[in-house]
Amino acid sequence: MTREATLQRIREALGDKVVDWFDKSEKRSYVEIRPEDVPDATRLVFRELGARFQIATGVDTPSAIEILYHWAFDKVNLLVTIRTKLDRDTPEIASLAGICKGTEWIEREMWELLGITFHDHPDMRHLLLTDEWPEGQYPLRRDFVQPGKEGGEG
Amino acid sequence: MGKRTIIPIGPYHALQEEPEFFKLYVEGETVVGLDIELGYNHRGIEKLSESKTYEQTVFLVERICGICSTSHPIACVQAVEDAGGVEVPERALYIRSLIGELERVHSHMLWLGLAGHFLGFNTVWMWVWRYREELLNIMELVTGNRNHYAMMKPGGVRRDIKDEDIPTIRKTLDGLHGPLELFRDAVSDDPIIHARLKGVGVLTPEQIVDYGALGPTARASGVDIDVRRDHPHAAYGLVDWNVVTATHGDVFDKAVVRIGEMFESMKIIEQCLAKLKSSPGPVDSNPKEIPPGEGIGHYEAPRGEVFHYIRSDGSNRPARHKVRAPSFMNVLTDREAVLGATVADATIILAAVDPCYCCTERMAARDVATGERVLTSRELIRLSQAKTEQLKKELGAEGPRLNLEAM
Repeated sequence: MTREATLQRIREALGDKVVDWFDKSEKRSYVEIRPEDVPDATRLVFRELGARFQIATGVDTPSAIEILYHWAFDKVNLLVTIRTKLDRDTPEIASLAGICKGTEWIEREMWELLGITFHDHPDMRHLLLTDEWPEGQYPLRRDFVQPGKEGGEG
Repeated sequence: MGKRTIIPIGPYHALQEEPEFFKLYVEGETVVGLDIELGYNHRGIEKLSESKTYEQTVFLVERICGICSTSHPIACVQAVEDAGGVEVPERALYIRSLIGELERVHSHMLWLGLAGHFLGFNTVWMWVWRYREELLNIMELVTGNRNHYAMMKPGGVRRDIKDEDIPTIRKTLDGLHGPLELFRDAVSDDPIIHARLKGVGVLTPEQIVDYGALGPTARASGVDIDVRRDHPHAAYGLVDWNVVTATHGDVFDKAVVRIGEMFESMKIIEQCLAKLKSSPGPVDSNPKEIPPGEGIGHYEAPRGEVFHYIRSDGSNRPARHKVRAPSFMNVLTDREAVLGATVADATIILAAVDPCYCCTERMAARDVATGERVLTSRELIRLSQAKTEQLKKELGAEGPRLNLEAM
């Protein structure tokens, strides 16, 4: 399947689930969908189209907490990023570990660093931070203040 | 079901270079489960990066790892270049691949030496590391440093390679072919290495795909992926080379893949050196501003794909910088590879993805029929002394003699 055919197949299969589609270049596409559509989109790119899970990036922005799932189509030199935006007050989404085991650790990381809840994760606990890390403190949130540095930014 | 025991390895262990905690669940000698705990070395690089300018960020990510210290910078500058649509001069592309491949060869040699050490084959360890030094000397000549080369920057590379250095580089590399062939044959012919590595720690292609495993770990299981070929960047689309794969997915094939890759890397280095002559010109396009947007850069590090994502808000610093090293994907496959193995094999299986991890073993030999210990420490000393005596007689040399009875 060519690069164009791959993108065409994703476009058709997702249909009106696509909130926004942005081709940064011919090798980089960013597709935004709603959180509830992420498992279906994952099955499409991973199971049907054979993409490789690279990693997911969690980003705290003023309006939402974003997750970007980066997928590599190694045969056609194409990277597709599936973007979804979660509510900042209660960020939650289904875990993808049941579809692709490679997502297991990064979901644990996004939970502890950004405070995103992953429903039905098989083994949710701290990955990088200590078990004694205070609850509700998420270092990659914009409003996180490093303990001892309450005086201001920097 | 037998009694289940946990063997803790780490988090701080005499032979481990980095703190990691493996809980090995065993029943008798058989490993039935593995729990991996990370985070002892968490430095908050992603958060730190948000306070650095794009040029400073490259120095920061160079310090993520001391062994593949140029892989993170290559992926990072490519992410910045992708975000900003920055063009890189051709000469800089060759220099990037040249440094990247020199690093791959010294990194694979480091692994091969360690693998020999884990197996108790210390001759391999000493010899491989001795020749690795010569590569580090080249690095020092070209970049000014044995490690942390500080060669990459958004838009190109920081230093050119001087014409007068090229003959020295060539000569050193020519001298490495012989030793590399020696190591290839040492591994492929040695019956003990076969016995210790073949059929050990097997990963199936399905497991590789499911876990998203990368690099030599994936290629040894027949999963033919390599970012250098699949997503051409630097000079990899401009030179002639092959991706090395194997089919069995065991530790032996991981060694075969890594050794094969060293030869391919040498091919790439030689072509890059030749092309440097015919492509003069600048090595840096000096990008001034990175517009708002996002970019992804990835590079095939010695252990697999390194991934960097950068989001720019138009300032001179990244608004978000995501870093994923290959071990993040590879280490989790250990819990599949180690199942059903014996404790003795677990050390090399956990080392097979090249996370620089190892552990000591203690050994006692027993007669299977009677259960008696057959080689006690005293007997080993006696055997050793007998051999020394024999050698002394042959050489006609005198030396001090240890009185065993007094010990």
